[in-house]
Amino acid sequence: MQQNQQSDALRLDGVAHSYGPNQVLTGIDLHVAPGEVVALAGENGAGKSTLMRIIGGYLAPGAGRVTWQGTPVPADLHRAEAQGIKLVHQEFALLPDMTVAENIHLGCEPLRFGLIDRARMRRDSAAALALLNARIDPDTPMARLPVASWQIVELAKAFHARPRLLLMDEPTAVLGRDETAALFARIRSFTATGGAVIFTSHRLDEVREIANRVTVLRDGRITLDRPTAEVSEHDIASAMVGREMSDLFAPRIAPAASAPILKVEGLTVRREIGAPVQDAGFSLHPGEVLGIAGLVGSGRTEMMEALAGLRPATARRFTLRGQDRPLPRSREAWRLGIAYLTEDRKARGLLLDKSLVVNADLTLGALRGAAVIDAKGERARYLAAQARFDIRAASAETAAGKLSGGNQQKLLLAKTLAPEPDIVILDEPTRGVDIGAKAQIYHLIAELAAAGKAVAVISSELPELIGLAHRILVMDRGRVAGVLTQPENGHLTEGEILRLGLGLANQELSA
Amino acid sequence: MSDTTIPRPATSMRHSIGRMGPLLALLLLFVLGAVSSDTFLTVENILNVLTRSSIIGIIAIGATFVITARGLDLSVGAMAALVAGLSIMAMNALSASVSPVLALLLGMGAALLIGAAGGLVNGALTVYARIEAFIVTLGTMGMMRSLVTWMSDGGSISLDFALRDVGRPLYYGTVLGIPVPVLVFAVLALLGEIVMTRLRFGRHVTAIGSNPDVSRYSAIPVDRVRLATYLLQGVCVALATLIYVPRLGAVTPSTGILWELEAIAAVIIGGTALAGGHGRVWGTVVGVLILGLVANILNLTAFFSPHLNGLFQGAIIVIAVLLQRKRAAA
Repeated sequence: MQQNQQSDALRLDGVAHSYGPNQVLTGIDLHVAPGEVVALAGENGAGKSTLMRIIGGYLAPGAGRVTWQGTPVPADLHRAEAQGIKLVHQEFALLPDMTVAENIHLGCEPLRFGLIDRARMRRDSAAALALLNARIDPDTPMARLPVASWQIVELAKAFHARPRLLLMDEPTAVLGRDETAALFARIRSFTATGGAVIFTSHRLDEVREIANRVTVLRDGRITLDRPTAEVSEHDIASAMVGREMSDLFAPRIAPAASAPILKVEGLTVRREIGAPVQDAGFSLHPGEVLGIAGLVGSGRTEMMEALAGLRPATARRFTLRGQDRPLPRSREAWRLGIAYLTEDRKARGLLLDKSLVVNADLTLGALRGAAVIDAKGERARYLAAQARFDIRAASAETAAGKLSGGNQQKLLLAKTLAPEPDIVILDEPTRGVDIGAKAQIYHLIAELAAAGKAVAVISSELPELIGLAHRILVMDRGRVAGVLTQPENGHLTEGEILRLGLGLANQELSA
Repeated sequence: MSDTTIPRPATSMRHSIGRMGPLLALLLLFVLGAVSSDTFLTVENILNVLTRSSIIGIIAIGATFVITARGLDLSVGAMAALVAGLSIMAMNALSASVSPVLALLLGMGAALLIGAAGGLVNGALTVYARIEAFIVTLGTMGMMRSLVTWMSDGGSISLDFALRDVGRPLYYGTVLGIPVPVLVFAVLALLGEIVMTRLRFGRHVTAIGSNPDVSRYSAIPVDRVRLATYLLQGVCVALATLIYVPRLGAVTPSTGILWELEAIAAVIIGGTALAGGHGRVWGTVVGVLILGLVANILNLTAFFSPHLNGLFQGAIIVIAVLLQRKRAAA
């Protein structure tokens, strides 16, 4: 598209890189013009992050040339930033004990008479956050904010540095819909002034929405590089996996009519941040998949964590298998057959420094294991889980942190499902997972429902809920806005779900 | 464990050297001692080192569990003095009405209960009141130390002479030529190693140290396990006291001073991560022996003054942590 050398801001010619014997990038040619938004797509391990790190000056390429505005990009983060290239990591580089404003200005504090000008810092931060449509007080310490707000602060910080080329690794992974929409609006105004953006995303709908161009990486090579308008999501997915995507979702099987296995009324959960969950209620039936939609911060995670006994909460009435009883505490919930898979697999899901065997057996062992560890048994159970969940790892003794995102998620599923719960709550089960692993997880969820388990799936991705769920519950600012039933042989549209009150701006609905 | 088709990764040479580092250091010290002194390699001297190490060693076994679960107990030295003081007073009082043997046994039972109670106080304040372990145990350390000073009125609390003769074998006695303290230390070390590596409790201690949130989300009873590590530490302190009391037969306000640092040092030298999540009881035993051998070699040889003991021990701690970090980065 941009063949003219003069107009290219960023040029990559024959860039290659390897970690030891492992060739991760081969012959990458990429040209990015000012004002362009390039989406970098590809499965986990395709080389996206390595490529971003090379462009961002974190990593010197093994071969090839990277030039920015005619000069080679220095393999030095600070010098790259001085030239206007800014990389936003997937892992946050924010200090939890400092305030939002202090973090946004970290290393570039405005001075007044040689002292830090706190008033200006606060003012500028508020302005930077307002551009992302975020209602975050600049004086809040980072530690008090939820993960989505961390991402927003990280983005505000990046834009505040006034880069000319912004590299973003999975910027929307933890964002809800309106936060994503605000980010996209910010990107549009940024590129309107000649800024260029390269970002990675697993969400193909987002790629289509914001990117001018899609570049797909597979096994370290570019397999597709075309204007977004000319390609379909199907083309992108095929280029990513190198085969035709069979149906992502398994066919939905209507559950047999039965009494609910779980029913809650008047559930209230206090929260440090955001509106409390108030007077929430719903029921869950064996054999069904209940989708739970809502913005990040709408209380969907808190509501389900309360049912799993992980947060203090009160309920007017809680009925389990037809019996009224008080809300369970954590270990009690597991014993009652309620399993909860966390949305934060690195901080709450897996012991990253421990082996796959230890991780896979952690919950089952804590619930039903004997005092003496049965080393043979847990290894056998892991191997069975490895086959069932298709966990790909060099060895059962590998540390869980060494696995790719998709394999970590499968391990987390194996761990969570090991006690064979009847009620399975999955919070963002496909976050940060490549499309191949996603399809596997979708089929697994369908299998669980077909086997008579009651499954609740929280997700920020509406297509995922539409593809999976029999019914979809919508949360809005701590309350249940409504529950929609999917037609027998069809699907709800995203608009129908959004209309229930996702707190979205109206223009997006009509768009 | 190897009846599977999954290939195990070849453990790299460097990795195993890192794991075995403390053991290699111990061997090196052993060779150094043997070369530099004629008396070092005598059975008497070796048993002497082991006996002297056993008190700190028993405390350090408990500390391995506390530290592995991301906790810390600074109060062990003061607790040892308090437990010793209270149990001596109990034994003396009891000896007026019951036989010396029974008085001693009841006093030992009391020591174990007091140690357990002390551990529970530390644990409850840390786990349920959610105060940092460093602060809690710094506080209880000061309180216990002060109680000992008050009880002894700044002097000493002494075991009655009639009881001393009965209790002597607990420190000076031998079974099959092995001193009783060494035997107790060895048995506890073996038990500790089994608990850490083979029991669910040890797995949970490690998991909590590795990531308390993950542990909570995985149905591990985090609070109960953390409380149990402090309880275990208290019992270990009491067991060490049972050996200490017959040795000197008295407690003064300076009894047990700096024991907490020696115990923590032994744990760290042995390869247990100070940040938790990775603990080795056998490593702690090696760490205790390294500290013991350094002191012993300095005493036996004339190259350096024995007063430099602290210098060498301190250097070893710093080097051990440096090596640990290199291993973690590799």
